[in-house]
Amino acid sequence: MADWLTLAEAVAAHVHDGDSVALEGFTHLIPFAAGHEIIRQGRRNLSLVRMTPDLIYDQLIGAGCAGKLTFSWGGNPGVGSLHRFRDAVENGWPGPLEIEERSHSDLANAYVAGAANLPFAVLRGYAGSDFAKVNDRIRSITCPFTGEVLAATPAVRPDVTVIHAQKADWKGNVLLWGILGVQKEAVLAAKRAIVTVEERVRSLDAPPNACILPSWVVTAVCEVPRGATPSYAHGYYDRDNVFYRAWDQVSRSRERFTAWVEKHIRNTQSFAEYLMLQNDTNARAVYP
Amino acid sequence: MNAAYSADEMMTVAAARMLRNGAVCFVGIGLPSTAANLARLSHAPEVVLIYESGPIGAKPPVLPLSIGDGNLADTADTVVSTPEIFRYWLQGGRVDVGFLGAAQLDRFANINTTVVGPYAKPKVRLPGAGGAPEISSSAKEVLIMVKHSKRTLVHKLDFVTSVGFLTGGDAREKAGLPGRGPAAVITNQCILRPHPESRELEVVSIHPGVDRRTIVESTGWEIRFAEKCGETEAPRVAELDVLRELRARTAAAHGVPGDEA
Repeated sequence: MADWLTLAEAVAAHVHDGDSVALEGFTHLIPFAAGHEIIRQGRRNLSLVRMTPDLIYDQLIGAGCAGKLTFSWGGNPGVGSLHRFRDAVENGWPGPLEIEERSHSDLANAYVAGAANLPFAVLRGYAGSDFAKVNDRIRSITCPFTGEVLAATPAVRPDVTVIHAQKADWKGNVLLWGILGVQKEAVLAAKRAIVTVEERVRSLDAPPNACILPSWVVTAVCEVPRGATPSYAHGYYDRDNVFYRAWDQVSRSRERFTAWVEKHIRNTQSFAEYLMLQNDTNARAVYP
Repeated sequence: MNAAYSADEMMTVAAARMLRNGAVCFVGIGLPSTAANLARLSHAPEVVLIYESGPIGAKPPVLPLSIGDGNLADTADTVVSTPEIFRYWLQGGRVDVGFLGAAQLDRFANINTTVVGPYAKPKVRLPGAGGAPEISSSAKEVLIMVKHSKRTLVHKLDFVTSVGFLTGGDAREKAGLPGRGPAAVITNQCILRPHPESRELEVVSIHPGVDRRTIVESTGWEIRFAEKCGETEAPRVAELDVLRELRARTAAAHGVPGDEA
């Protein structure tokens, strides 16, 4: 059974220095509030996994929380580069960042393998590309039935996966909808799972086949309204495209980025306080 | 150059024309998404647009800014998980056309979106693969859109992210890739197609107002022109109207035209 905790309690209890951590959400439902709390609590040397690092990992990398990044597409969607990610890879700032680079199809399959308690993923991929030259964990396997040579890559098994969802009931059963990405697989592949939700409800009232994570596969659940902003939560709020564009400037220089993290994350007590500082007018309705 | 339309509009219209009605198309974000939606809103209303975030049969009223915008989910026939998209739909052989962009492209239509410079110490760290390696290998055919310049159409890639015809000839078939590979590359100057035997890209159609010298000077290898190299039909008024209305709606919704990245 999942414990209902505050986000600060959940991160303190379940995210440790040196852990492998996957914060997933494919453009939609990105767990920004949880990412901020990891920065606020000063976690170090995390091995981060995420298909699309997005702004959330740009922040974690720039804030010095990451020792390694496993990823498949590291850009600012619709805008351009992730400057903190690039500075870490190109110049080793704020510290060296080991990277393990894979494709979307590979990482999606690797989460499936992790969820299925298999050691590796099999896919028809990478043939002819240079990936295996720079990542010795991308290997091949011969099909015992047909002789076809296929790519074999290690399963992803995070110590902890963090996702954001729309709703959880009082028992901690979680419901999400819209673009689902790899969240279900990432939760089932992990040793521990933290889920932040828009709202805590009496009953999920979901139809059969809805994407529900039963309480007993979730370690902690936290009510964090607007916890995915500046990404979006289908049915609750839209993507803050202005923030995504503004981030290009905020993150471009080390000084401006560091000042932003100090003011907006390290010097705030919670995501609610961060939202107030952002002048998020919609936040006042959910954080009275 | 006819001032009635821009080179980028010509590129988008030329790319959109290549999508046949009813085709199942796996769409990359940016320029390919604009062209695919232009096709859907003009000559190919039954085209099935698949985005790697999970929407199948998306019909977005405005261009998505990210690969997982809410309007893709709202307008799709169904939304599946990302593993399912790659496993059942792409690897399963259900995609007719993969529609991609590129940071660097070589003469055999191999694509680099990973690094400029050496991998271990890159001059520019690019976003990386995304879905492109498996799209380029598994889609039945691939269309590629790039802006024509020596920095983009290069003699040698710094990294092979997604494969076209590898070293040319029958190298792709020998590598056992399921799809047929790139059918065309559409730039803001011309249309290139692979030579049937060497598989080297050659110019088959030049956009109105562009001369051969410009193409030669903005290509990083000694570009060949097909024997029957013709002129691309200029955008029709109806095509431009649909494209401009789409971009205006997108700008009104997002504050940006939607395909700048």
